[in-house]
Amino acid sequence: MAKIELVNVSHSYTPGEYAVRDINLIWDDAVSSALLGPSGCGKTTLLKIISGLLQPTEGDVLLNGQRVNELRPKERNIAQVFQFPVVYETLNIFNNLAFPLRNRGYPESIVKERVREIAELLELTDQLKVNANSLSAAEKQLVSLGRGVIREDLSAILLDEPLTVIDPHQKWQLRRKLKQLQQRFEITMIYVTHDQHEALTFADQVTVMDTGIALQTGSPQDLHNRPEAPFVGYFIGSPGMNIFPASLNENQVQAGDFCYELVSDLVNQVNGQDLKIGIRPEFVEISQAKDSTGLECIVDAVHLTGTSKILDLVGAGLKFKARVDETANINAADTVRAIFPTEKTMIYQNDRLLAPVQQEILL
Amino acid sequence: MKIRDNKAWFFVLPALLVMGINAFVPFITVINYSVLDIFRGLPAIWVGLENYQVVLGDNLFRGAVVRQVQFSFLILLIQIPLGVAIALALPKKGWTATASLVALGFPLLIPYNIVGIIWRVFTRADLGLVPLIFNFFGYEYNLAQNSVDAYWTVVAMDVWHWTSLVVLLAYAGLNAIPDAYYQAAEIDGASPWRTFLYVTLPRLRSVLTIAVLLRFMDSFRIYTEVFLLTGGGPGTSTTFLSDVLVRKAVISFDIGYSAAMSLIYFYFILIISYIFFLVLTSIGTGDSNQPPSG
Repeated sequence: MAKIELVNVSHSYTPGEYAVRDINLIWDDAVSSALLGPSGCGKTTLLKIISGLLQPTEGDVLLNGQRVNELRPKERNIAQVFQFPVVYETLNIFNNLAFPLRNRGYPESIVKERVREIAELLELTDQLKVNANSLSAAEKQLVSLGRGVIREDLSAILLDEPLTVIDPHQKWQLRRKLKQLQQRFEITMIYVTHDQHEALTFADQVTVMDTGIALQTGSPQDLHNRPEAPFVGYFIGSPGMNIFPASLNENQVQAGDFCYELVSDLVNQVNGQDLKIGIRPEFVEISQAKDSTGLECIVDAVHLTGTSKILDLVGAGLKFKARVDETANINAADTVRAIFPTEKTMIYQNDRLLAPVQQEILL
Repeated sequence: MKIRDNKAWFFVLPALLVMGINAFVPFITVINYSVLDIFRGLPAIWVGLENYQVVLGDNLFRGAVVRQVQFSFLILLIQIPLGVAIALALPKKGWTATASLVALGFPLLIPYNIVGIIWRVFTRADLGLVPLIFNFFGYEYNLAQNSVDAYWTVVAMDVWHWTSLVVLLAYAGLNAIPDAYYQAAEIDGASPWRTFLYVTLPRLRSVLTIAVLLRFMDSFRIYTEVFLLTGGGPGTSTTFLSDVLVRKAVISFDIGYSAAMSLIYFYFILIISYIFFLVLTSIGTGDSNQPPSG
């Protein structure tokens, strides 16, 4: 197993256009992590750079501190599971699992032993003689995963949207299996997906990407509570963060009738360019009391999610969403008051987080 | 929906009519001829299976069958691997890919009789390029008198004429293989040969099945090019089944014999093609490769 580092990695397929830009990321040994972002954001490119299927135009790839840019995928000992399950369709499961070992010239006795061990883990022992072509998509994906973990000297497993073509009821099972293998072998796993739910449930460390840039790396909690870019806030969470364009008004950042008082040291950092205010729907405090403080708004629509209500609110020159308890007796056309708690309200300048500063949230 | 009262049958009618005129009627006519002895001006005589016995006992026919089977298998053995190899070597994209494909398409566009004439000129003892080259290397090539030369020239001509078809099919098949398969094989550490064996070849199975069937059926019916190049000779060294058939039907006007032979010929192609189909579609789908022993 290995620690993976990307140092100033950029890649362009066509000169002048970067698919990924200035990526600096570290995956510690045995970490289960995810790369999350919309389609075309460069996640798959990044994965190919790590596995060695692509050479980055700029920057270095390090495995355990060693520069491996020139090493071929085979020599990097990295396994990859693809979006569409890849099996060797003329071979049975046994021979599929044995394939990477035989390619490396392992003696047949060890091959047999390893295949049995992995098949046991994947619960495929009964099917070893079954032709790989006759398997379901989920089973095929399991076999291609098995071809990865069967190598003892494996550095990492990269998973490129591995559950896309899997039936919903099998997704959960397969994900559990993945997690199991990750813990059993302490494999460094990097899981690429555009599905926040998959990323947040699978990984301890999630990196959010957009347009070729790594925006933020952190635990699922970090990404939720303290998105460092508006995109992270918007992309993660359902519904995503409310984002308002804002302007600077002396020491206040203002959006509609909402004002955010900047604390003294922030004032110097603010230049007023491209200011945005963000607040998650679940952090908006809603009150129905007539005399309470806050922004007066009208409920435009109410969406039921089963466990909570999502309100579409209009008022104070803003349109936003709030999440309230399912039991709250709020209906469309009601007038309510909304409060944006200071410690939960994010101020962005040029799409980077300004406030709240880190200490406040730790308090 | 009732099948009987369905007005949709009217839509099928024109197709049935065309097929009837062009396939069923001639087929049944041939069956009819094959059990009769027909002389011009006289009533036909019922002879049962006698025509079939004559055909099967005829040395000209037997010789042609052996020659034909040999020929078809030989050209498959050459054209399929060669076609795949060329397809693998072709550029994947850009103008060179287009140019190669167009160039490869040329032999397929040339009418059969022109192909025969081209090769005839090619191999002429007095001015042909082929004898010239062979003579240069000290081999006395003679299409008209040496049956080995004639046979291999026919093989070469067919390879020249038809390998492109295999290339085009294989090329299309190759382009349809997702990159992920190759990437997975690379990550699994497979050598180029093992990648070819376990990724490329299985994925080409369906197009190669089509290529084998087309090439088999077509080569089994070879006539025009050979007729123009060698006329079936020297001796009977390049006399294939269709040549025998034409001689009997058109030159000797032996209708009963020809009809019986046509049907035998037809079933021959049908049965061998079916066997090919069965074999090619089942290869590698069982557990035949290196079963986990012990």
